[in-house]
Amino acid sequence: MTPVHVLSGANTLLYKEVLRFWKVAFQTVAAPVLTAILYLLIFGHVLEDRVKVFGSVGYTSFLIPGLVMMSVLQNAFANSSSSLIQSKITGNLVFLLVAPLSHWAWFVAYVGASVVRGAVVGAGVMIATVWFAPLHLAQPGWIVVFGLAGAALMGALGLMAGLWAEKFDQIAAFQNFIIMPMTFLSGVFYSVDSLPPFWKGVSHLNPFFYMIDGFRHGFFGVSDVSPWTGLVVVGASLVVICGLCLHLLKIGYKIRH
Amino acid sequence: MPAISFQHVGKTYSSARGAVQALDDVSFDIEPGEFFGLLGPNGAGKTTLISILAGLARATSGAVRVLGHDVVADYAQARRSLGIVPQELVFDPFFSVREALRIQSGYFGVRKNDAWIDELLANLGLADKADANMRQLSGGMKRRVLVAQALVHRPPVIVLDEPTAGVDVELRQTLWHFIARLNKEGHTVLLTTHYLEEAEALCGRLAMLKQGRVVALDRTSALLAGTASTMLRFKMDAPLPASLATQSRVTGRIVQITAHDAVEVETILGVLRNAGCQPEDLEIGRADLEDVFLEIMSGTPRAGAPLGVAA
Repeated sequence: MTPVHVLSGANTLLYKEVLRFWKVAFQTVAAPVLTAILYLLIFGHVLEDRVKVFGSVGYTSFLIPGLVMMSVLQNAFANSSSSLIQSKITGNLVFLLVAPLSHWAWFVAYVGASVVRGAVVGAGVMIATVWFAPLHLAQPGWIVVFGLAGAALMGALGLMAGLWAEKFDQIAAFQNFIIMPMTFLSGVFYSVDSLPPFWKGVSHLNPFFYMIDGFRHGFFGVSDVSPWTGLVVVGASLVVICGLCLHLLKIGYKIRH
Repeated sequence: MPAISFQHVGKTYSSARGAVQALDDVSFDIEPGEFFGLLGPNGAGKTTLISILAGLARATSGAVRVLGHDVVADYAQARRSLGIVPQELVFDPFFSVREALRIQSGYFGVRKNDAWIDELLANLGLADKADANMRQLSGGMKRRVLVAQALVHRPPVIVLDEPTAGVDVELRQTLWHFIARLNKEGHTVLLTTHYLEEAEALCGRLAMLKQGRVVALDRTSALLAGTASTMLRFKMDAPLPASLATQSRVTGRIVQITAHDAVEVETILGVLRNAGCQPEDLEIGRADLEDVFLEIMSGTPRAGAPLGVAA
């Protein structure tokens, strides 16, 4: 098999996965942007005058990067997991299974499309919220690094969930009982520094905390922990999850009997 | 080099009721350019065998090669050589017919394939549906798209897994016309079907599977010649005499009984007369593949040429 074939196969699958969510962008992009705006309106309204974070940052300004990252993470997960479970249940996964695509091609395409969806939704939320509070971009490099790493991690996790699940409700359970609590309790809506010591310690065990904290560091130049610590935690999690994901794809876990 | 080679293929599933042996030491080769039929009742292992060939399932033992490429070790070349029309009517609801074909072509590394896609669409009667969404197509049209998707990378070996199940006469004609043309142009075709007259008309050679084993493997003409070659067919309201019940097939009022020669025909008619039966519309004709099939599946000893059973 020539490299051209490999590239073309992976490219085509990536293109198909992006086209899939883009064709229903109202549901896959517009809806999560609206949800994020609602969070911002409600929490911003209630808390703007009462809470200051990192000394001087207003609550709405603080909340925006958290909401952006939360949308990135949730949508990256939703993209790969829902695409795969749909293909499994409707049976059209057979078109991929009979094609000469390597496990790397599957991985690159599904995770790549998740990153694209995460980036599109994240950019949408950022653009839509720019009117609510002044936008700080202290160290944009961290925004890109944590945004991409977080989306890739969630895309790979979604891919694993999609491989494992046999029904839609299993994906929903994964989303509602694992992804949602871990994102909500990771400091999207508050600074983890403000928690009692015990819960602060618990939060530091949650990899999602490092993703959101590092991402926010890119906006304000301050964060609960050093972005370098965050990078190590997120990078290590990414390597483990991607390694596991590639292994499952290679053995055809629950897709080749 | 065979187009498809199955060597000692075994497949064991573990189920709630213990291990199930779906395939047991299946071995045969299909030569390039053949139109080969794989027959057997439901649950005989046909689809399992094709799933292993396509890489959808993995054999417990044995090896499968497509044009010399092992379907596991050299899966990319093996799959590139294969075009599979799956049995289930599956489709991706997000795309139009042309998009689906372009995407499938891309998976195989074939870019700028529109000329061939147009030819496929025209030959399968899909030209006016090219831009329709897959969801809007009727079942028959979706089946045509499945065939086009299987052929989009111009595979030398084509596998059709019951492609005409639940399909109208017109599509069957279109499909067989097109597949026969591809076969004449040198493509190897492996077909599984429930319609035995299709297999008899199209396939030069046949394998029959029963409970995961090959029970017959021969040229279609040899299989037909080797069987009880005469068929008595008549209509009757009364029940058959018990002595004839085992060797006959009854569909409503229609009774079919196989006989090996003229003496046996006379004997059967004698039995009917002695029992006071009054057959109507009596015909004596040649046995067809359906009779061969039933005879082999029921495991009755066969007269004439020995079976070409793979050891």
